[in-house]
Amino acid sequence: MVDDTEREKAGRDFAGLIAEELGTDRMYACFECGHCTSCCPVRRVDDRFSPRKIIHMIFLDMMDEVLAGDTIWLCSSCYACQEICPQGIKITDLITSLKNMAFQMGHAPQGVAMQADLIRTHGRLYVLDEFDLKKREKAGLPALSLEIDEAKTLLEGKQ
Amino acid sequence: MKYAFFLGCTIPARARHYEMSARAVAGKLGVELVDFPDFSCCGFPLKSSSLKGARLLAARNLSLAEEQGLGIATLCSSCNSMLAEEAHLLENDPGALEAVNAGLSNIGRQYRGTTKVKHFARVLLEDVGLDRIREAVTMDLEGLEIANHYGCHYLKPTDIYPGGEEPENPSSLHRLLEAVGARSVPYGYESNCCGGPVLVSHEDTALTMAKQKLDRIKASGARAMNLVCPFCSVMYDSNQKSIEAKFGVNYQIPVLYLTQILGLALGLDRKALGLNMNVVKTKTLTEEIQR
Repeated sequence: MVDDTEREKAGRDFAGLIAEELGTDRMYACFECGHCTSCCPVRRVDDRFSPRKIIHMIFLDMMDEVLAGDTIWLCSSCYACQEICPQGIKITDLITSLKNMAFQMGHAPQGVAMQADLIRTHGRLYVLDEFDLKKREKAGLPALSLEIDEAKTLLEGKQ
Repeated sequence: MKYAFFLGCTIPARARHYEMSARAVAGKLGVELVDFPDFSCCGFPLKSSSLKGARLLAARNLSLAEEQGLGIATLCSSCNSMLAEEAHLLENDPGALEAVNAGLSNIGRQYRGTTKVKHFARVLLEDVGLDRIREAVTMDLEGLEIANHYGCHYLKPTDIYPGGEEPENPSSLHRLLEAVGARSVPYGYESNCCGGPVLVSHEDTALTMAKQKLDRIKASGARAMNLVCPFCSVMYDSNQKSIEAKFGVNYQIPVLYLTQILGLALGLDRKALGLNMNVVKTKTLTEEIQR
């Protein structure tokens, strides 16, 4: 869990925590050119979202604003910014890390938490039932396991 | 040409027509698809809450295929990127492989790092090949104008797809359609994101993203849209009516899977291709083709 006390104890700023999580400090090479934001397909329709601004806020140590805020969840993980970044920063992976931190702090949108629960309980995002299997059979498609027990066991106790 | 067939979550629940048409096309072209009823979610939808959990799911799926000595063929682009990303990492990073195996040992599994992952469209392009597809055509599509949607995870991140194509200038879908006589209509947003992953948290934003593409496709005059991912199809086909209602626009653009379009050219019928299961009606389009 990430909280302010632990963070202070560890003597790390927000950027340091993220670098640790990602296993790279490449992020510090950002010179805020804004290529990420200018190529972002989400940004094109919604100006609340800006990868450049998120990185800037990280450098300003604005952990609560970033993680409790709504904007990181606007990232569609399309990799456009990651592909174009002239500094080779894996921006999509960085935002995934931020989402993981926010989720652990209980800041994830309800839908994201619901999806996680379904996968952890059944091993699938869309749970199949006997009726689905009947429809499959009718369409000439092979049966599937309704519950993936190994997947459930694998995820038990894993954050 | 034998692959472990990876369906993921969305296809069995919401896109049986994609699965049916892929199986039918594979049968026509001599690709053997082996079923694994115990494949789980690929891991992708878990990535935003737990990358570690997502990676474990991916690694378990890879290990199931490895056990049978098979590469994986996926139909969903997000399944493809999740599995290919994990396969790429575990093939090249012994430390990561060791860590994942510590997790897999809880279910009595081990992964050696050998499974290759390919999108079914690339199996058709690279393994079957355009010549063989051309030879199998029984009904040339005669210049039928189609708008290709490549989407994101079919192309990116490029570092997990060695020898892949340029995301800004992709050609694989164009080439596959050309082989069956269809014409790809340019509209400028071919590899733009559908917005699907944002749907769960910001519906308005996601639908506006899908609208932008549909606007352009409508203006291009294309008769139908071609795609290779069930989640992209949710955005353009399942949600097309809601987008029309929300923004007061009218599209009526049929949205077909690549395998349905190829299947028509290979002489498969509407039923075998599940063409009655697309949300935007495809009957007029197929009647035009078959006339």
